[in-house]
Amino acid sequence: MSDTAKTYKIGQHPDLPPPRTEVGVLGWFKHKLFSTPLNIALTLLAAWFLWSVIPPLFEWIVLDSVWTAESRKECWGKMEVPEGGACWAFIKDRLELFIYGFYPAPQRWRVNLSFVLLIMAIVPVLYDKMLARKFGLWYSVAFPFIAGWLLVGGFGLTPVETDQFGGIMLTLIIGVTGISFSLPIGVLLALGRRSKMPVLRIVCVMFIEFIRGVPLIALLFIASTMLNYFLPPGTVFDLLLRVLIMVTLFSSAYIAEVVRGGLQAIPNGQFEAADSLGLTYVKAHLLIILPQALKISIPGIVNTFIGLFKDTTLVLIIGMLDPLGIGRASLADAVWAGLAREVYLFIALFFFICCFSMSRYSLYLERKLHTGH
Amino acid sequence: MKNRLLEFVVAVSAVALLSVTTTAGAGTLEDVKKRGVLRCVVSTGVAGFAYPDKSGVWKGFDIDFCRATAAAVLGDSKKIKAVTSTGKTRFTKLNANEGDVLWRNTTITFSRDVGVKLRFHGVNYYDGQGFMVNKKLGVKSAKELNGASICIQTGTTTELNLADYFHANGMKYEAVPIETNDEARQNYVGGRCDVYTTDASGLAATRSTFSDPNNHIILPEIISKEPLGPATRHGDDQWSDIVTWVYYATVTAEEKGVTQANVDKMKSSKDPEILRLLGVEGAQGKELGLSKDWAYNIIKQIGNYGEIFERNIGVKTPIGLSRGLNDLWTRGGLQYAPPFR
Repeated sequence: MSDTAKTYKIGQHPDLPPPRTEVGVLGWFKHKLFSTPLNIALTLLAAWFLWSVIPPLFEWIVLDSVWTAESRKECWGKMEVPEGGACWAFIKDRLELFIYGFYPAPQRWRVNLSFVLLIMAIVPVLYDKMLARKFGLWYSVAFPFIAGWLLVGGFGLTPVETDQFGGIMLTLIIGVTGISFSLPIGVLLALGRRSKMPVLRIVCVMFIEFIRGVPLIALLFIASTMLNYFLPPGTVFDLLLRVLIMVTLFSSAYIAEVVRGGLQAIPNGQFEAADSLGLTYVKAHLLIILPQALKISIPGIVNTFIGLFKDTTLVLIIGMLDPLGIGRASLADAVWAGLAREVYLFIALFFFICCFSMSRYSLYLERKLHTGH
Repeated sequence: MKNRLLEFVVAVSAVALLSVTTTAGAGTLEDVKKRGVLRCVVSTGVAGFAYPDKSGVWKGFDIDFCRATAAAVLGDSKKIKAVTSTGKTRFTKLNANEGDVLWRNTTITFSRDVGVKLRFHGVNYYDGQGFMVNKKLGVKSAKELNGASICIQTGTTTELNLADYFHANGMKYEAVPIETNDEARQNYVGGRCDVYTTDASGLAATRSTFSDPNNHIILPEIISKEPLGPATRHGDDQWSDIVTWVYYATVTAEEKGVTQANVDKMKSSKDPEILRLLGVEGAQGKELGLSKDWAYNIIKQIGNYGEIFERNIGVKTPIGLSRGLNDLWTRGGLQYAPPFR
């Protein structure tokens, strides 16, 4: 045939489509999943594993689950086999307890309002393309105090004692406070540790090393049990406040070390350049050193924040009821007891959503600030 | 039950500090009256004894006794605040004056009474360590458990009791260490251990959460004494007396047949002890520093000992405990109150 016999001049041959086994779905399978005998084995093993885990799990969590019931008995009665599905009715029944803890019901709008204000306060910090961001940032700085007033009350609002805080609200309070106060304190500590003034440096080193050498649990125990004895008798020093201070100090020591790592990565030339421009210490750091150092430190900082957020569950041990504590306490209710899996899955989901979004945001931030070569 | 050693160390060191830095304030009774709220140190959740309901209101056997104390002192059982504490922080919370009284299924021991410097006020629940097994094993007695795998909470006195018991009977066992009751439940149901051992009330509560509770039995042997009772700080005898007699009032009321329903009628009873109890005669209330009708308030608002028991952990509840040792002495139990006189 003329087609096969056709000859082309050098460089004139039209592009042929690639072999069918090398592109598209088939090619993807061939290259990504079945390229070598080892990979074939691994692929099959993984497929078998997923096949044996996901369908039963999906059945348990979604298909066979019960959403409305008044007790565990009723829940299990609605299933083909008792315990054959998740009893989400329990979580639904306790949802308010999980969210607000023991916050008095008529005052819960204050928690909701604080949450909305929190979102409004986070946006200007996270996104720089916002309109009137400067005002937004001032608001963000003021937010912790506004929220504190809203939640605790006083000055026109009914006071609510902090031992009624609990659940997700408590986690968010500890997490957000810890995160927002530990970053500035941590940066100052890092700078202090690199300072040429010996007293300042030694104080900072001692503080950081002490905190890093002591487990958070121990600090929380100190906050909950020992601190009372050091204070003059009769002083009532709110437990939540003590915990907030301890958590903030704890994570600021870690932040300090992360930031110090960033600072050390800045070449000396940058400091010298700043000096030669006649910038003061403050200006040099604010304009030249810190922006670069913090950019390098982002993964470490976010890592510390995620760790801090998850560590908030430790307050359970000193008797504060975070979601985990609420879950455990609710499991002591004989009407529902025995549904531990549902509780822990629910709490895991909450923490996963929070931590995963923090981690995704940090990736976005890294990409945005990536101005390297 | 959990980590008693650590809890003890923390508490003792706290007490040591306490003795150095603080002096006793005004009496606890005045403090509570002034505050208008009774702060009870309670647990963060023990089935039947203390747990929050849907709307966050605390309920349970211990909580009812806390409410009874509030009814006696303040005349209103609703005026309580639950200070949640774990096994490790409960004594320090009490000794650091973050709570007025401890109603938190706490075992009375020498070291707690003397070492931690607490005052205990009678035993409102007699517990003891037991064993639960699946019926299909065909075991009828703990003496037949040689070689069994046993789910046991680590670092507790239950662990020590278990080791002692098996050693004394020349038996061997395989320990499956677990941390919490929920974990024990999952392991036991999943068949990772043949036997679960903890306090008998805990066993009953755990069994009630099974989908097939009738297939499991609690063996007759109780291998330890776990007397649970309320505690207060050293150094306030008046307050200690009040807590003691709040408990005795509930027991006396049951003994005399005074219930929540008939308490008003009982005010015109002919029995002088009932009249003294309800404040119709005598000056018991005044001597305690309380109102005349302190015990009337307890019974009217909370009920007598039997009613508190049946409401929270009794046979008709999902926990389903029988009175057993906690029956009145007149019916073969150990609940016994000194005379109101």
